[in-house]
Amino acid sequence: MDVNTDLAMWSNQLIISAMVVYAVAMIFYAFDLFGGRELKQTEAGATSAAKPSNVRRTNRKATTALLDPPQTDVSAEISAGSGKEKPRRGARIGTSLLVLAALLHVAAVLTRALSVMRVPWGNMMEYVLTATVITVIVFLIVNVKKDIRYLGTIVAGGVLLCLGLAITVFYTPAAKLIPALDSYWIAIHVPIAILSTSLLYISAILAVFQILKNTQETKNPKWLRFMRRMPASIDLERFSYTIAAVGFITWTFTLIAGAIWAEVAWSRYWGWDSKEIWTFVVWVIYAAYLHARATRGWGPTKVAVLNLIGIATVIFNFTVVNMYFNGLHSYSGLG
Amino acid sequence: MAKKTADKKADNSKQVGSHKSGVTQPQLGFIGMCRWAWRQLTTMRVALILLLVLALAAIPGSLLPQRIQDPGRVTTFLEANGAWGQFLDTIQMFDVYSSIWFSAIYLLLMISLIGCVIPRSAQHWKAMRSAPPKAPRRLGRMPGYESFTSATGSAESREVADQGFLDTAQARLKKLGYRTVRHDDHVAAERGYLRETGNLVFHIALLVATLTMAIGSLFGYQGQRILVEGETFTNSLVAYDSFEPGSYYDANNLPDFRLKLDSFESTFDDQAPGSQFGQPRTFDAKVTATADGKSEKHTLRVNEPVRVGGTGVYLTGNGYAPEVTVKDAKGQVVQSGPQVFIPDGGDPGYTSEGVIKVPDSAGTQMGFVGVFLPTATQNENGELVSSFAELRNPYLVMSGYTGDLGLDNGTPQSVYTIDAENMTEMTDATGNPLLIQLAEGETQKLPDGGSVTFDGVKRYIAVDISQDPTQGLMLVSAIAVLLGLGLSLFIPRRRMWVRIKDGQAEVAALARGEDQMVERAAKDLAKDLADEPDDDPDDDSEERI
Ligand code: HEM
Repeated sequence: MDVNTDLAMWSNQLIISAMVVYAVAMIFYAFDLFGGRELKQTEAGATSAAKPSNVRRTNRKATTALLDPPQTDVSAEISAGSGKEKPRRGARIGTSLLVLAALLHVAAVLTRALSVMRVPWGNMMEYVLTATVITVIVFLIVNVKKDIRYLGTIVAGGVLLCLGLAITVFYTPAAKLIPALDSYWIAIHVPIAILSTSLLYISAILAVFQILKNTQETKNPKWLRFMRRMPASIDLERFSYTIAAVGFITWTFTLIAGAIWAEVAWSRYWGWDSKEIWTFVVWVIYAAYLHARATRGWGPTKVAVLNLIGIATVIFNFTVVNMYFNGLHSYSGLG
Repeated sequence: MAKKTADKKADNSKQVGSHKSGVTQPQLGFIGMCRWAWRQLTTMRVALILLLVLALAAIPGSLLPQRIQDPGRVTTFLEANGAWGQFLDTIQMFDVYSSIWFSAIYLLLMISLIGCVIPRSAQHWKAMRSAPPKAPRRLGRMPGYESFTSATGSAESREVADQGFLDTAQARLKKLGYRTVRHDDHVAAERGYLRETGNLVFHIALLVATLTMAIGSLFGYQGQRILVEGETFTNSLVAYDSFEPGSYYDANNLPDFRLKLDSFESTFDDQAPGSQFGQPRTFDAKVTATADGKSEKHTLRVNEPVRVGGTGVYLTGNGYAPEVTVKDAKGQVVQSGPQVFIPDGGDPGYTSEGVIKVPDSAGTQMGFVGVFLPTATQNENGELVSSFAELRNPYLVMSGYTGDLGLDNGTPQSVYTIDAENMTEMTDATGNPLLIQLAEGETQKLPDGGSVTFDGVKRYIAVDISQDPTQGLMLVSAIAVLLGLGLSLFIPRRRMWVRIKDGQAEVAALARGEDQMVERAAKDLAKDLADEPDDDPDDDSEERI
């Protein structure tokens, strides 16, 4: 039925090639993150600590400017007085490889889309394929503004894992859309949902690093030595929040657009279908997360845990709910 | 901020609850309790906990079948789970979203929200109409701070130069969107009132959206109907297969329209490999809608409802209706026409089940229970299955019963099942249960001399018909939620002060809420004023800060 199987095959090949490059990129990033060089830095986050804090209670977020270059190891080394700037070769190669992988990945998405002449997010496999490429692109774009290469290992690794699932567990042959999905709303609702997922995912990684960094700052256990390469936990927290805030808005949009689509397809905008329930749960948890940040008694670590619960519900919504829960998303005869 | 004081007061009044002063002083105690509860409820902490509890409370509805979704599955679950099921039912686990506990949580949240929004709105209203506050004495403690020596003014008097500097600073800040006030030795400025406005709009819109949802379900209705090709639906209560009005819906006001299903066409994928094989690709229902004396042809599709008379008609399902003619022993036609068979939801081959009831045959009543296979094929076990959803080899397999269908005893029964309790199964010549197997056009004799003929197949569609007068309002509040949220999260709210004394200038910035640019704002403004002491703001390349 008008499916270009050659292109679809090409797409599969491109996914595999991209995965290989992602794997190598991940290794280089890991070298950069865990690499052996000992930095004679004292406590990172000097700039943060120096500022007078608590002008107002909630201003723990507002005391430093994010625009100041954060403590990447480069600036750390300079301030440590080593004088000579050691290039982070591992990270640089990692990023170059990531760009290459992303190009292959984009090509895989495009060929897949062209093979069926429709948007490349008609089933779970395609959703993963697109979500991962968007995550990498978001990562690369943010990286232009602000050095976040310390996230590279996790981003590349996560993408690799997801693509692995996409071509095995989620694998779906290229085909046209089922009527239930055949609507222009798929071009509005789904990409924004994908973007939200990517943003919330990156925010969650930052939250994990924030917790680790905080542990390193307060207890400094040996196994966390690699965390020295990261900005101060307060900066990680703020950055994680900013991205989650954008993600929350896009998720709100996803929810509203989904409701409008539901009205068009199922005659009601909200019917507590299992997918709707979990989208709502995700939304409420991130609303709680935003609240928690402004609530007394909720320290940054506790708030970060809420962020992680949030991403857990996002992932649950996509995997378990899609695969095991009864719902309206399949359309065969009387639903 | 209101929440702060509320928290404090709440701490003080904790004793009220623990001392049970209410017992000895009922009046005071009761009011005290109410006050305590109110203060607790309107703290950020409680709002946060309520949000988390709300998320948690929403989950069981996705794990257990819900009556609003599928009452049949609830019944099955109850039958399978005995006392445990009864218990779950008692605590409303099958009606989570209308349960007392779920309602209690979101009502508390709404009350909390009102208690939060009202004082904040009042405060914001005042703040918007009052001047930016004067500079604090020590600006150096602000998160954004720069000081420098102003280059101008050596020629004229210090005083004049300083005032000129402040003029420039004030003009700059105004241009950057700040509201400014001039004082003797400094300019005070504030921007970003829209942030709080956005936050309030967001919270109020949430409130409106929740109310709208509740009201919509009271004044609207939802109905279902199955329509076979050629049939016409006339919008009236009796024409619905099922009808669920909201509590305040006046069913006498059903809008007057008719809808005829002219034809239904579907295509299925016979080329895709694997799981995609046999998946549906198009469902097109050609309908004629008649309202106000005018008829219009439409194509009703899954994502393209037909809207007529303020009502939406949505395509929600489809299937096959085999046309069967039954004759009795005397050769009289006792039953003919299409019979709706319901496809098994999970089967891409549209294997469908249905019944044929023949109440007025001479003598006893007859009933047939059967399976319809659009594309009958033998699988590897030799069983008949349907391998594809299109009509490539339609086949009807049925068993027959005679006796009492139970139609007259008053208990309502489904048109899709037969209660065979008071019936006996037809048998063939050898005494085995009779198996009726018919390809299109074939006829089979019945043991009593009658016959069954499979004449052909018609398509049918299932439509939802619904009205919700509050949808427009819901859309408006949803958009307000989104806009409010955008403003509230991304408009930086910031105060700035520029002070000068004897050519010594200070610029300070204070963020109110999340603001990553606060240091940068002070820096940029300082740079600006130091570079350009004179009144020629020709450099427009700066960023908005
Ligand atoms: C239906 C329940 C509620 C939801 C879904 C909700 C959601 C949100 C969201 C998403 C934000 C983030 C926007 C921002 O940071 O400006 C927010 C902020 C805020 N909410 Fe709520 N909220 C709810 C109820 C309440 C209640 C009951 C209160 C009062 C106790 C409240 C007080 C606030 C305040 C003060 C902020 C600003 C926080 C800040 O300064 O960062 N909200 N709310």
